[in-house]
Amino acid sequence: MRRLVFLLALAFAAPLTAQTALPPAPYANQQLADPAQERKAHELMLTIRCVTCQSQSIADSDASMAADLRSEIRVRIAAGEQPEQIRAWLIERYGDWISYRPTAEPITWPLWAAPILLLAGGGVLVLGRIRRRRRNA
Amino acid sequence: MKGRWLTWAPLVVFMALALLFAGRLLWPEEHVIPSRMVGKPLPAFSLPAAASDRPALDSRQFATGKPRLLNIFASWCVPCAAEAPQLMALRQAGVPIDGIAIRDARADVDRFLARHGNPFAHIGLDARSSVQLALGSSGVPETFVIGGDGRILHQHIGDIRADDVETILRIWQEAR
Amino acid sequence: MIAELGLAALWLAAGLALLQLVLAALGLGRARAELLSGVRPVAVAQAALCALSFAALIALFLRSDMSVLLVAMNSHSAKPWLYKFAGTWGNHEGSMLLWVTVMGLAGALVALLERTLKRATHMATLGAQAAISLGFYAFLLFASNPFARLDPAAPDGQGLNPLLQDPGLAFHPPTLYLGYVGLSVAFSFAVGALLTRTVDAAFARAMRPWVLGAWVLLTIGITAGSYWAYYELGWGGWWFWDPVENASLMPWLAATALLHSVTVLATRDALRAWTVMLAVVAFSMSMVGTFLVRSGILTSVHAFAVDPERGSFILVLLLLYIGGALALFGLRVGTVREGRQFEAVSREALLVVNNLLLTVILGVVLVGTLYPLMAEAFGHKISVGPPYFNAVAGPLALALMLAMAVGPLVRWRRDEPGVVAGRLLWPAGVMIGMAAALGVAAWGRIGVLPYLGLVVAAGVALASLIPLTKRNLRRTPLFTYGMVLAHLGCAVSLGGMAAESAFTTERLVAMKPGESVEAAGWRIRFDRAMPLAGPNWVAMQADMAASRGGEDIMLHPQSRFFSSPPTTTSESAILTRWDGQLYVVLGEALDDGRWQMRIWWKPFVTLIWLGGLMIAAGGALTLIGRERRGWMLKLRRRNAEQPA
Repeated sequence: MRRLVFLLALAFAAPLTAQTALPPAPYANQQLADPAQERKAHELMLTIRCVTCQSQSIADSDASMAADLRSEIRVRIAAGEQPEQIRAWLIERYGDWISYRPTAEPITWPLWAAPILLLAGGGVLVLGRIRRRRRNA
Repeated sequence: MKGRWLTWAPLVVFMALALLFAGRLLWPEEHVIPSRMVGKPLPAFSLPAAASDRPALDSRQFATGKPRLLNIFASWCVPCAAEAPQLMALRQAGVPIDGIAIRDARADVDRFLARHGNPFAHIGLDARSSVQLALGSSGVPETFVIGGDGRILHQHIGDIRADDVETILRIWQEAR
Repeated sequence: MIAELGLAALWLAAGLALLQLVLAALGLGRARAELLSGVRPVAVAQAALCALSFAALIALFLRSDMSVLLVAMNSHSAKPWLYKFAGTWGNHEGSMLLWVTVMGLAGALVALLERTLKRATHMATLGAQAAISLGFYAFLLFASNPFARLDPAAPDGQGLNPLLQDPGLAFHPPTLYLGYVGLSVAFSFAVGALLTRTVDAAFARAMRPWVLGAWVLLTIGITAGSYWAYYELGWGGWWFWDPVENASLMPWLAATALLHSVTVLATRDALRAWTVMLAVVAFSMSMVGTFLVRSGILTSVHAFAVDPERGSFILVLLLLYIGGALALFGLRVGTVREGRQFEAVSREALLVVNNLLLTVILGVVLVGTLYPLMAEAFGHKISVGPPYFNAVAGPLALALMLAMAVGPLVRWRRDEPGVVAGRLLWPAGVMIGMAAALGVAAWGRIGVLPYLGLVVAAGVALASLIPLTKRNLRRTPLFTYGMVLAHLGCAVSLGGMAAESAFTTERLVAMKPGESVEAAGWRIRFDRAMPLAGPNWVAMQADMAASRGGEDIMLHPQSRFFSSPPTTTSESAILTRWDGQLYVVLGEALDDGRWQMRIWWKPFVTLIWLGGLMIAAGGALTLIGRERRGWMLKLRRRNAEQPA
């Protein structure tokens, strides 16, 4: 059932009405000639959240605005910009929300600390259960 | 299990989660992404004319000492047609308004303006949403109030309803 | 009439659940043992009535009775019968009725089949099961009545969402539900054992088949769901770390941990409190997942499903059951005798490492899924997506795989580190060889995680087979085969995931009819795009031919337009070969007569789901093996008792 809701959600996220009077931007669905650059661009796109559909990355979205942003990213990468510069530029405009990769702001520290704390806490508990071998040796 | 506290830790964690859930049920998420550009200077841009009888739009036209409205719209957007009367009312109240048409074609814009009225002084064509992205705008329609010093003072997301007109008018007047 | 019959059966079933709870509580509480003899028959009758109610709903859907609101809202008389049938649970009310039906049937099976447990524990378990059912009956009867009438009747139904009109609907949700609800039995066992202070190895042995069964179904459900999303969504992805997916992953992680800790408890009488905790957590995660999806509090795209009233109702159920069970745990865990300690090098110790890692992964997925909610409470709007989950859960999962490879090669109680290292010589060699070969062949071209994933998958695949060496294969118990198959499945699945993310080739092209494109050794020719009419859709279908040296294979990706509700879906064309899948999606038409295409070659991607099925099959083998052994032992004992 969960998956159904998910599929439904994505179906409704797809454009139902026109979002443009123009053909898609030149680099919306066209890859960069340089494979290294294209890979950089694609990796960035996978981590940028689509603003009009909300729960997809722009790499997985049919929305026109996502297409325009893909094109913008490819053009900028081709012009030599680094992915992290583009991410920072987008965060400056849309806030941390736009990046699927949580930033290093203080608000996300507990998030990044969670695995370490859980592992350490669990580790301490487990060690308490392990019998010291020395005794028998 | 060692400490007594440890045996109650799961319940405490769960109660915290339940509180979080209850809070979200009471105050549902707002599905808007406000622009972080509010309070910052308008990014520089220069757009070609989107309509046949209005001049092109340049960001330098804003820092003239007088506050202006910047309306993001499109001919293919239904709520944009719905907010047209409110924009006309603002224009009639003396508010200068410029427009940016998103992913649009000149013939379509002309038809749209002929049908729904034309409150705009300048209209720029943003064919690839690049100015929209630079503004931190996440959809159409949106309306920005730009101060006389070229700073973005306010962002209105979605179509302007009749009861929003007064708020926007007040923000514009206070900026004068 | 059928609707009224179904509703009456549902009310009666709810009444019997109440009776079952009261009988068990009074019988145990006041030591009026004669009341307890009523619990089992009531449990069976409750299940029968609930199943009758569900059958009535199925009948209404099959007959397209448009005087029933739920049918009118979700079905259509012109639908194929399979989708009418599956449409019964393709909506909120029907799926909740399926939930209580499965729960009732599971309770009846516990009542009928369970023979090894102490009577008091057994009765307390059935009482707990009735208590949970009661809450969901209340939810159905007061907040989501599936049998509500529509007066006057609708001329016809509004139809089922086109995306759901897929054979996957008939299969995926019931499997997942069986898994979720199967975990409720483990939950009830834990509550029953806490109430009667009988957390011991016998309790673990009684609970184990239920955990195994639920886990097998969850595994199948998640695997099927992943493949369904992969071919239906048309973006080539098979796991998006979407909150809804995480909601199904979390119970699975907890159940996997439980499966292993219950073995430790059954075999070595250790990890008592921990196993009880996991049994509570596993079903709690199922309920939390249901809440997250039903209330729609996590992502805006689920907005259409949001129903604050229903969300609040489920939240109250969560507070009652999870809160109650955890409070009981806090009160009673002091009476659970501490289990034995372990040697550092022993099977137990590695299973504890397995539990630690699984729990940390579960914690990370839970925190990551809910973190945007917490951050927003402090006024920050943030996203937590695949980059976080991959970066954090990925390395943890790899460590888990290594522990999984070593575990079965270590003896229970105590083993010598040197001897264990000797058993690991070959897998370690394979990993080093793989690391070197991959390093030379693809250094700098693939990411760190996929690289490590491939290396670990190779070593673990070999290590998982070692338990079958140096022994008589015909006398090896079935459950050992099951474990080997499941562990091998994990390695196979990991290999598929790593290969897919390391070596996928993506081509985005705009093609005119007659043009060809190369992708990863394939030559794909686009012949034409033609309109095509289906029963309730129109489509643009492309005729394409793919070849890899040999003959042309025809591919027909479609872009489908449904008018009500207005939806566009891509029907991707997928060509499966032994070494991967060619995945072709037809995009939009451009002004100059070209068509946008998305083409992927995904090497060994099918291993992901093949591995998932192997894991499930391994679990099923283990279940059969354990049960058969139980029967054999019983039979032998009986024969010994009867003098020949």
